[in-house]
Amino acid sequence: MTTLDLAAMVQRHGGDATRLVQILHEVTAALGYVPPATITELAARLGVSRAHVEGVVGFYSFFSAAPQGRFRVRFSDNITDQMAGSHALCQRMLDAFRVELGEVSRDGLVSIARTSCTGLCDQGPALLVNDRAIARLTPQRIGAICSLIRGEVPLPQWPENLFAIHRLVERRDRILAAVMQPGEGLAAAVARGKAATIAELERSGLRGRGGAGFPAGAKWAACAAAPGPERYVVCNADEGEPGTFKDRELLMHHAELVIEGMTVAAFAVGAQRGLVYLRAEYPFLVAPLEELLARRRAAGLLGRAAGGVAGFDFDIELHVGAGAYVCGEESALIESLEGKRGIPRNRPPYPVTHGYRQRPTVVNNVETLAAAALIARDGAGVVRDVGTPKSAGTKLLSVSGDVARPGIYEYPFGVTVRQVLDDAGAVATQAVQVGGPSGTLLAAREFGRRIAFEDVPSAGAFMVFDQRRDMVAVVENFARFFAHESCGFCTPCRVGTTLAAQMMTRIATGVGSRRDVKDLARVAGVMKAASHCGLGATAGAPVVAALEKFRPAFDQRLRSLDVVPTFDLDLALAPAREATARDDQAAHLDEESP
Amino acid sequence: MSERASDGAAVVPRRKLRVATASLAGCFGCHMSLLDIDERLVDLLELVELDASPLTDKKRCGPCDIGLIEGGLCNAENVHTLRAMRANCKILVAVGACALNGGLPAQRNHIDVRDCLQTAYLSGPGVERGFIPNDPELPLPLAQVHPLHDVVKIDYFLAGCPPSADAIWQFLTDLIAGRTPVTAHGLIKYD
Ligand SMILES: Cc1cc2nc3c(=O)[nH]c(=O)nc-3n(C[C@H](O)[C@H](O)[C@H](O)COP(=O)(O)O)c2cc1C
Ligand code: SF4
Ligand code: SF4
Repeated sequence: MTTLDLAAMVQRHGGDATRLVQILHEVTAALGYVPPATITELAARLGVSRAHVEGVVGFYSFFSAAPQGRFRVRFSDNITDQMAGSHALCQRMLDAFRVELGEVSRDGLVSIARTSCTGLCDQGPALLVNDRAIARLTPQRIGAICSLIRGEVPLPQWPENLFAIHRLVERRDRILAAVMQPGEGLAAAVARGKAATIAELERSGLRGRGGAGFPAGAKWAACAAAPGPERYVVCNADEGEPGTFKDRELLMHHAELVIEGMTVAAFAVGAQRGLVYLRAEYPFLVAPLEELLARRRAAGLLGRAAGGVAGFDFDIELHVGAGAYVCGEESALIESLEGKRGIPRNRPPYPVTHGYRQRPTVVNNVETLAAAALIARDGAGVVRDVGTPKSAGTKLLSVSGDVARPGIYEYPFGVTVRQVLDDAGAVATQAVQVGGPSGTLLAAREFGRRIAFEDVPSAGAFMVFDQRRDMVAVVENFARFFAHESCGFCTPCRVGTTLAAQMMTRIATGVGSRRDVKDLARVAGVMKAASHCGLGATAGAPVVAALEKFRPAFDQRLRSLDVVPTFDLDLALAPAREATARDDQAAHLDEESP
Repeated sequence: MSERASDGAAVVPRRKLRVATASLAGCFGCHMSLLDIDERLVDLLELVELDASPLTDKKRCGPCDIGLIEGGLCNAENVHTLRAMRANCKILVAVGACALNGGLPAQRNHIDVRDCLQTAYLSGPGVERGFIPNDPELPLPLAQVHPLHDVVKIDYFLAGCPPSADAIWQFLTDLIAGRTPVTAHGLIKYD
C-alpha cells in the first residue's frame, strides 16, 4: 500500500478543516479509500473530531472507509444509461471478474458498483473508473476495459480515445453562439458601475437556471446590500439532476463566459472570493478549468486589482464534490464547501445574507452566470428580447433518451415540447420527463405545452421515452434514485423515499398489489408536505404524475387488487427448512389460504 | 320498498362489540399496557366482550368486530394466527412497534436463520450433543421478522413501545364509539 504523507498534505491545504472534502479526494486518489487510521490522523491534524471526519467520509458516495479495488468502476445508472443497455454491460464486467455488484474482487484488483447519473446521457451508457469518465460503452469497449484492468495498466496509459467526450450541440442561440474575449464583460460592468450592473441584470429579467428560477438581479442586489466584511460568489456546477448535462457543455467549451460571469458578479456585489463547486462526475473538467483560472490570473483578470480595477481583489478556486445529488441544493452545497456533510440548512436565513462561512453569498447556476456575463457586455436586451414575458432569454436543454439526435439544444423560452421532439428526431414518443426526476412528467397529449417558468419549468433535462418503454420501470428508476440520494436528515424523506422505492420495485416486478399503489400516493403526499428540503419535497412527484398519466401501466402489473404479502412466504421458511431438514406440511406456508 | 331502511337517527341500544387480541413476536408489553388502563377496564368490559385473547386463554378466534395484535411475524404460526384474525375481524389493529415495524425481534434480520439455529443448538457455548429441533409441531422461523402489514391489510396502526395506557384507552373508546381514531399529539412519544 502506498504510504501517505498526511502532514504535508494537510499543510498544503493550510491545515484548514473546510478543505476536508478536497483532502479526502487526495487520500482516495492515493489509496483508493480512507483507512480508519487515516481518519484518526486527519481528525487530529485538522483539529476536528474523529466523528466529524468519519461522518464526512460516510456521507459522500465517492469516499469509502472500507478498502475498494485498485480500479474502482462505477456504472452510471440513469434511466437513459439503462435504456442504452448499461445493466447488461455491467453484468458482463461482473462476470469477467467474478465479483458481485458493490463488492471488491478477492485480489483487490477491482470493485464494481452503480452510481447516479454521471451526466453523459447524450453518449451513454457511461462509467467512471477511478477519476476518469468513459462514454459510449459497448461490449467491445467493456472487453477492452477489462483487459486493461486485468493487465493493471495505469490509467494514464490507457488509450486516450477511450476517454473521449463528444460534443453534441444541435441548436445554438444567444449563449452558445456568443463569442467573448476575456475581460469584456468585466470591463463593461466596471464602466457601468456596480449599482447599474445590478440594475441592468434586474432589467433583463434573468431568472436562475438551476431550477428554482429566482430572479438573478434581486439575488445580487440582496447580497450587495447584506452587511458583512466579506462576500462570496459560488458557481453551482453540481449538475446532479439525472438527465442534465448542459453545464458540462458550458464548462467544457464556454468556461470563459461562466468565469466572466462570476467575475462580474463579484465586482457587482463586492466579493473577494469565488468558488466553483464542480461535481466529481466531471473529472475531465478539472485540469482545463484550473488552466483557465491560471490564464486569467496571468492576464490580470483574477487576483489583486482584477481587471485593473483598484481595490477589486478577487480570485476563484475550484472545489470538487464527491457524488451527492443533494449537494446541488445551495445550502447543502455551502456545507460541503465548508468541508462538512452536505445536509441542507434551515432556510431562512438564505445564502445571500448567511452563506459560505455565514457571509453574504451569491449562489448561481453555471448557465445563469454565463447569461449574466452576456448581459454585462451586451445589455439587458440580450436576455429580455427573447423568450416570454415571464421567462426572459434562452434555455439550454439536455436532450437524451429515444431521439435520433441527442445533445444540447438552446431555445428561447416558450418553445413547445413538440418542437423539441421534432428537432431531435423523436418518433412514437410516449412521454417526456422535463427537468429530471424532480421535474415534470408529460404524456403525449401535453406535448403542446411550453418550456417556461409559467408552464413547464426545467433545470435543463429533457429525457424522451418512446412507446417501447415501460413507464413503471422508468418511475422505479427515479424512485430508486431519490432513495439513494436522500441525505437521511429528515424522516419523511429518509423513510419515504425508501418505502416508495420498495413499493415501486414490487409493482415493477409484478408482485405489487393495489395497496402499494394507494400507499405510494400517500407516501408521496407526506414527503411533499413534510420534507426539510427540495429533494424530499419533489421525490414523490414522478410517482404521482405517473399514477395520474399512466395508471393502466401500473394496474396491469399488479398481482392482485387485494392486499397480498410483500414477500414470498414459503420461500421465507426455506432456510429454516434446510437447517431442520424438515419438509412436512407444517414446514410450508401456502400463499393464498388463510 | 324491497329493503328496510335504517331507523334514521333513532337512538338504539348498542350491542357489545367482540374484541380479540393476540401476541405474536412481541413481549406482552403491549398487553400489559392495555391492562394498565386500570379501573377503566371495568368500563371497557361494559362495552366489549373478549373473544380469543391471552387474557381469556381462548385460542381460536371467532367472528369479531375488532382485533388487536401485538408483535410482528417471526414464524409460520404467527402467519396462521394473523390470517385467522384477519379472516375474522372487521377491524384489525397493529399495536406497538413490533407489529408496526418488526421492532426488537427484527434485530435478528441481519443474521441468517441457519447460522442462528446452528449456534443455538449445535455450536454455541455449553451445547453438548446438540441437535436442531425438527418436530413438525414446532413452527419454523421465517428468514426475517416482518411487520403485520407485509402480509395482510391492517386497518389502524397504534404506535409506541408500548403505546401508553392512555393512548390505548383513547384509541379503543374512539373505535368503539364509531369515531375515526386519531392518536393526538402527546399520546404518541418517540424516543
Ligand atoms: C435537491 C436539489 C438539487 C439541486 N441541484 C442543483 C444543481 O445541480 N445545480 C444547480 O444549479 N442548482 C441546483 N439546485 C438549485 C439550487 O438550490 C439553487 O436554487 C441554485 O443553485 C441557484 O442558482 P440559480 O438561481 O442561478 O438557479 C438544486 C436544488 C435542490 C433542492
Ligand atoms: S428532504 Fe431528504 S435530502 Fe432533504 S434534508 Fe430531508 S432527508 Fe435530506
Ligand atoms: S412494541 Fe414494545 S411493548 Fe409491545 S410487544 Fe413490542 S417490545 Fe413489547
